[in-house]
Amino acid sequence: MSAMDVFKPMLLKIDQVTDEAPDVKTLRLVFVDEQQGREFAFRTGQFGEYSVFGEGECTFCIASPPTRPGYIECTFRKAGRVTSALAGLEPGETIGFRGPYGNVFPIGDWEGKNLLFIAGGIALPPMRSVIWNVLDLRDRYREITIVYGARTVADLVYKRELAEWAGRPDVTLITTVDPGGETPDWKGEVGFVPAVLDKAAPASRDTIAVVCGPPVMIKFTFPVLARLGFAPENIFTTLENRMKCGVGKCGRCNVGKHFVCKDGPVFTFAQLREMPQEY
Amino acid sequence: MEIELRSIDREALAKLFAHWRDEGRRIVAPKQLGEKIDFAPVTGLDQVSLDQVQTVQSPKTAVFPRVEELFSYKSRDGQVEIRERDGTGVPRTVIFGLRPCDAAAFASLAAIFNWDSPDSLFSSRLANTVVVGLSCPRADEYCFCTSVGGGPGATAGSDILLTGTGNGTYLAEIVSEKGRQLVEGAGDLFGPALSKEKETFLARVDKAFDRDRIGPALAALFENTAFWAEQSLRCLGCGACAYVCPACACFDIQDEGDVSGKRLRCWDSCGFGLFTLHTSGHNPRPLQSQRWRQRLMHKFAYMPERQQVLGCVGCGRCSRACPVDMNILEHLRGVVEAKP
Repeated sequence: MSAMDVFKPMLLKIDQVTDEAPDVKTLRLVFVDEQQGREFAFRTGQFGEYSVFGEGECTFCIASPPTRPGYIECTFRKAGRVTSALAGLEPGETIGFRGPYGNVFPIGDWEGKNLLFIAGGIALPPMRSVIWNVLDLRDRYREITIVYGARTVADLVYKRELAEWAGRPDVTLITTVDPGGETPDWKGEVGFVPAVLDKAAPASRDTIAVVCGPPVMIKFTFPVLARLGFAPENIFTTLENRMKCGVGKCGRCNVGKHFVCKDGPVFTFAQLREMPQEY
Repeated sequence: MEIELRSIDREALAKLFAHWRDEGRRIVAPKQLGEKIDFAPVTGLDQVSLDQVQTVQSPKTAVFPRVEELFSYKSRDGQVEIRERDGTGVPRTVIFGLRPCDAAAFASLAAIFNWDSPDSLFSSRLANTVVVGLSCPRADEYCFCTSVGGGPGATAGSDILLTGTGNGTYLAEIVSEKGRQLVEGAGDLFGPALSKEKETFLARVDKAFDRDRIGPALAALFENTAFWAEQSLRCLGCGACAYVCPACACFDIQDEGDVSGKRLRCWDSCGFGLFTLHTSGHNPRPLQSQRWRQRLMHKFAYMPERQQVLGCVGCGRCSRACPVDMNILEHLRGVVEAKP
């Protein structure tokens, strides 16, 4: 066994860079070692440690679905040292990747049910992996509803995919922007995600809700879902605590006794209710 | 294996050091360094300081260096080449003269590094390390090993444990297979077992609390913000407690370099505000009281539940090092006695 296996990144080459929103980019990444790429397997909900050599590592979910092998994608906002360096890279350049880490969205258990996805801002990427995963297996699920909001129209990510989902007869998409964030030609809703959800009032019967967003959005969305009749064990979210190692050793992502990197990032609201507010 | 009882005198012990050196082993032991006594490489027994209650720093650097290279990299024209750390470069080390509390702490470190997936850099260092402990003839008011499952003559974690009898002769307990291998080829340096009671040469360390009560008491206190605010009122968040702790293992990962460089693992501490700070500015533990709570919870509640081992061995270093005189023993007593 090598001396440092868990911390040695695999090498990925940037295949494509997509500008999603101001300071938000998506990188499509392919494995430099083709055999490594063929052997790489992950499930939706898992994350990785992406590195720019000389700058360090940062943590994001894998934003592409496992149903589309051959590459992985990550979407991130340019915010700190590593994401700023990542944002400056061009196709053909090489980055590091460790993963996949963490648990998964149990989409097998959701077969035959309705799915309600609720996302805010830059938190659509973890959910985009699940959305494409279930859309690629569309006949296994019943109604699929997506409620997505951002501060402004410009801040909505995956605009081409939003248009695609809006055009599909088998998807109900509701998009919203915060008051003041609309443009003159904006056709979607204006209002915060919890209020828009409350107004849309999707049925809770046989429905799984997946919620990803900033802490304040999550905080106000749970009560709305409870009012709509969603049981806590049928509401899923991902926690996004700061991580370094990704493998339960470095000591910083814990919420009480739970490691977000090992026991999460996917948790149900039933689990969160039993956990301390350390996220 | 069953513990093998032998004895060794100081003169033979000095020869044993020479034997280890001839075998190419690095010997690390408490040594007077200016005003303080700390673990450092030594070549002979005469350089070893044996009479202190405790060193300032713990011996964990032997298996978990303050800064260590995980790998090095070179990038050119968009290509990156990674050069792994060569595990064979880990030196064969004897840690000599550490106290039983420090020896016990290796189990806590191993639990943190290996509980889920093996950390091979740590493990290769541990595998190459042999632990020769020295029982405590004296303790001070900061010691509380007996409250956390240890003792001044406890053998857990030592491969060989020596207990001084006061006349230059030591009781030698060969505890593990590693210990047996360490004295192999030097067996004639050891005498037969002595008919002396080990306990008579050990410090008395009274039990201050029942360790089984700590975890449940902490869990009941978690939401009691007033309790934690009072407990941590003096805490500066300097991290000294974590840096001297033999069982603290929180770390950071940082890159050093540019087109070529290395990725480093460095000590970190849950006492630092930056430790959990998100890029967005959000911090799950923004208050020092929450960080102090995390320190106690991790060691006394989370680790026993998740890794079946305490994260504290009662060495008292954190209390001795604290610049504002926070004494963990008093704080733990406070936890056990508090009304939730």
